[in-house]
Amino acid sequence: MAVFKIQRYDPEKDGRPYFQTYEVPVEQGMSILDCLFYIKERLDATLSFRASCRMGICGSCAMYINGLPRLACETQVTSLATDTIEVRPLPNYEVIKDLVVDLAPLFEKHQRVRPWIIPYDPVELDRPTKEYHQSPAELERYLQFAYCLKCGLCLAACPTVATDQEFIGPQALAQAFRYNSDTRDGGDTERMAAVDTLHGLWRCHMAGACAEVCPKGVDPALAIQLMKREAVFGKKKGRARLADPPHAVKLLPGILKAPEPTVKRSEGEI
Amino acid sequence: MRESRYWILSLVAAACLVVLLGTHLFLMHLDTLLAYLGMANPDPLDYSAVMARGRSGGWVGAYILLLAFSLYHGLYGLRSVLSEVVSPPGQRMLTWAVIAVGFIAFTWGTYVVIKSSLMGGV
Repeated sequence: MAVFKIQRYDPEKDGRPYFQTYEVPVEQGMSILDCLFYIKERLDATLSFRASCRMGICGSCAMYINGLPRLACETQVTSLATDTIEVRPLPNYEVIKDLVVDLAPLFEKHQRVRPWIIPYDPVELDRPTKEYHQSPAELERYLQFAYCLKCGLCLAACPTVATDQEFIGPQALAQAFRYNSDTRDGGDTERMAAVDTLHGLWRCHMAGACAEVCPKGVDPALAIQLMKREAVFGKKKGRARLADPPHAVKLLPGILKAPEPTVKRSEGEI
Repeated sequence: MRESRYWILSLVAAACLVVLLGTHLFLMHLDTLLAYLGMANPDPLDYSAVMARGRSGGWVGAYILLLAFSLYHGLYGLRSVLSEVVSPPGQRMLTWAVIAVGFIAFTWGTYVVIKSSLMGGV
C-alpha cells in the first residue's frame, strides 16, 4: 500500500492549493500513472491530470513526483523506494487544475525558433524532384535532439525559467540547435536572430538540470553551449546534396523489400 | 546588434581589465611587494608621483582605458542581472538607463583625468 499525497487546486473554487491523501494498493510493475488512474477510477473522480500514450512517447503526463519533474507513465512506484509519494503539478507553469498545467508558454517559445526545416530551395520543398542525401555522421549531429517529446520537463527543472519567465528555455534552444545542425536546413540566420538575445542563449546559467530530467536523454544544456560557440565563432555547415532516388537496386540477401507507397501519385505528376 | 557581440565585448573588456587592473594593483597597492622584489618604487600616493603620472600620456591613456573597460564590463553585468528581475516593458528603459549611467561616468572620469593632466598632474 502506498500513500499518495496529491496537490489539488481548482482556481475557480479553491483559494490556495492543498494536499489530498489517497491509499493505493501497489503491485509490482505499476507506474505512477497507473496509480493516478486507480485513484481517478476508484477513489476520487474529480482528480484531474493529463495523460495519453502511457508509454513515454507523448509527454502528456509530465508532473512533479517526489521532488523531481518526471513522466508519470515512465516512473515505476517501486523505483522511488518509498511508500509515500508526493505528486504536484510541474513548477514554472500556471496550474489549470490539480496536476494539469498550462503548456502554452512552452509551445509559444518552441514556435519562436521556427522548429521546422527551412529549405535552401523552397521550390524543391514544394515540388520535390529529388531526394536529400544525408550521411549517418550528419544525422548523428542532431539525432539526440530530435528525440524531444515537448513534455516540458526541462522548463520545469530549469532554475533560470523560474526566475526569468522571458527566458526562451532549454527545449526551444535545443530545437533551434537541432534544425540549425540539419544539412537540409538553410534557416540558421533567422533562427540565430531569434535565440541570440538577452533572454535567449545568453540567459542560460548552465545549471544542467534540463539534461538531468529529460526522459529521452536529450541534453539541451549541450545544445545551448554548442550554439553559443556557433554564435561567437560562426558556423560552417555542409548542405545536403540532392540525389536521384535509387533505382534498379538489388536487395542484399536478408533485407526485406520496402513496402509499396500507400498513396500513389497520378501519372504526369512530379 | 546581437547579444553575442555584446558578450564578446564584455569578454574582451575582462581580458584587458586583467592586464590593466593587474598593473594598477602591482604598482599602486603592492609597493611592499615591489620593495621585496628589489624594485624601488616611491610611494605611489606621494604628491610628486601622482603629478608625474598625471603628466604622462601613457598613464592618462591607461586610466581612460581602465575606466572604459571597467564601466563596460561592470554595467553589462549589471544589465544582465537586472534584466532577469525587471519585467519586459521596463527592459528597454533599463538598457537606456545603463547606457546613460555609463556615458555620464565615462565623461566625468575622463574629464577628471584630462583636467588633472592639463593642470600638470594635480
